[in-house]
Amino acid sequence: MKHIKKTWFLVASVMILSLTVVLSGCGAKTEPAKTGTSSSGSDAANQAGSQTSPPENKELILSTTTSTQDSGLLDVLIPIFEEKTGYKVKPIAVGTGQALAMGEKGDADVMLVHAPDSEIQLVEKGAAINRQLVMHNDFIIVGPKDDPAGIKNAKDSVEAFKSIAEKQALFVSRGDDSGTNKKELELWKKAGLGKPEGKWYQSTGQGMGATLDVASEKAAYTLTDRGTYLAKKDKLQLEILKEGDASLLNIYHVMQTNPEYIKKNNPNAARMINEHGAKAFVDFMISPDTQKIIGEFGKDKFGQPLFFPDAGKDENSLGK
Amino acid sequence: MLDTVIDGLKKGLILLFSLDREVLGITLFTLKITGTATLISIAIALPLALLLALRDFPGKKFVISLANLGMGLPPTVVGLWVSLMLWRSGPLGMLRIMYTPAAMVIAQTVISTPIILALSTAALQQIDRKLRWQIMALGASPLQMLFLMLKEARYSLMAAVMAGFGGSISEVGASMMVGGNIQNYTRVLTTAIVLETSKGHFDVALALSFILMFLAYAATLWLTFIQQRRYRNVYY
Repeated sequence: MKHIKKTWFLVASVMILSLTVVLSGCGAKTEPAKTGTSSSGSDAANQAGSQTSPPENKELILSTTTSTQDSGLLDVLIPIFEEKTGYKVKPIAVGTGQALAMGEKGDADVMLVHAPDSEIQLVEKGAAINRQLVMHNDFIIVGPKDDPAGIKNAKDSVEAFKSIAEKQALFVSRGDDSGTNKKELELWKKAGLGKPEGKWYQSTGQGMGATLDVASEKAAYTLTDRGTYLAKKDKLQLEILKEGDASLLNIYHVMQTNPEYIKKNNPNAARMINEHGAKAFVDFMISPDTQKIIGEFGKDKFGQPLFFPDAGKDENSLGK
Repeated sequence: MLDTVIDGLKKGLILLFSLDREVLGITLFTLKITGTATLISIAIALPLALLLALRDFPGKKFVISLANLGMGLPPTVVGLWVSLMLWRSGPLGMLRIMYTPAAMVIAQTVISTPIILALSTAALQQIDRKLRWQIMALGASPLQMLFLMLKEARYSLMAAVMAGFGGSISEVGASMMVGGNIQNYTRVLTTAIVLETSKGHFDVALALSFILMFLAYAATLWLTFIQQRRYRNVYY
């Protein structure tokens, strides 16, 4: 019995020891996380406008959609912002729904998203403030060069979809519930078709790149974002047949979380919101220098820009 | 398809041997995160495994069944729960470790601890009971006894640790959710592969995947060599 008691004691002490290791391990790990941010921004911080001294709270969480990260635009803009202001941005690229929810719960300080209707809801609720138009990119309808459905002459994208359906010309859909897929279904609805069915309408259930390959092989039409198309253009037998009208636009706004709103639901989270940093980021995104960078982004690689800067414009004037 | 793979292999070798700073950084960071998580998991799981293997108490089978269940814990589920805890709006929000390496270590520890616990418990339980009696009869102290038990099961225990390590290094869901895949900060090999794939950079993604597979293979190879060493004496 004595032995067994001793064993117990030993096991217990080993466990306590390992727990201490765990806790100290965690403590040691968090420290570099906080001090690891760049200290070079201390004197540059004065340029941030509202910021007069080096920011006390450097962490700035930006919730955004995967499109801004996948395009590489954030990799260009964020280092410039960090250099200018001394903030350390944590860009979290998620689906639009989560990006907005993070702002509403106070888990993010600032949002860069492209869902105008949902954004306005958030602003009306009081959860988001300082909403500013930043830029847009667009979807395009691509298809075989000979254009069997003759959509090149269609009035707009909805008319184009109508004539594809009438001619029963082959159309390849992603069918994966992505943003692009949703946009496509929305256009079919506007064309008065509901959910298209038939041999001419094929769903790949795959990403944009794979879907473009399928469309190219089958000489079919498809709806794509401009960036992916440009990146793969050389390998595809597809041409841009319809572009530019308002219903094909993806409009990006930047807006900051409202600490007053979060305070009501979650005072703890509200205390952590970086209001100054968020404001600095909004100002940065709509500043002329940044807008110029956005307009140039992708030109060297694709021969044309991926995003069109829109700060200060009227949202309703886009695509007209 | 084959062209893509060959290009990827070429690019992978170039990236690896040219010591590309970003790739090297991501690789070392991956090893650091998973290594730390594995060490913490060992510290938690091994004492518990000894307790489960050597002692009988009510509810023991239940605890073991939980550990076995935990072996199949989907990383995305872990990611979701750790996120809910660590978000600013969550109960541990004031720690401010969401989207930091520390959060990734926590998530990976949660993933690998049940794996190491379940496998080491099984390994320790397989030791012959008579051996324990003999060790005790020879007058070993409890500490010596524990030490001998661990020594006896060392190969299976190592396999348990490698399984835990493998589970952590290859998971992507939790690291993506709690780390945020932030460049130069919380990007690991798996999350970088996801990003490069969605960017359409299949060559870079493949290159990273070769590095990841190489790491996993190197660890397995090392373990296999150690394990096989003991059998040599049997045959000769």
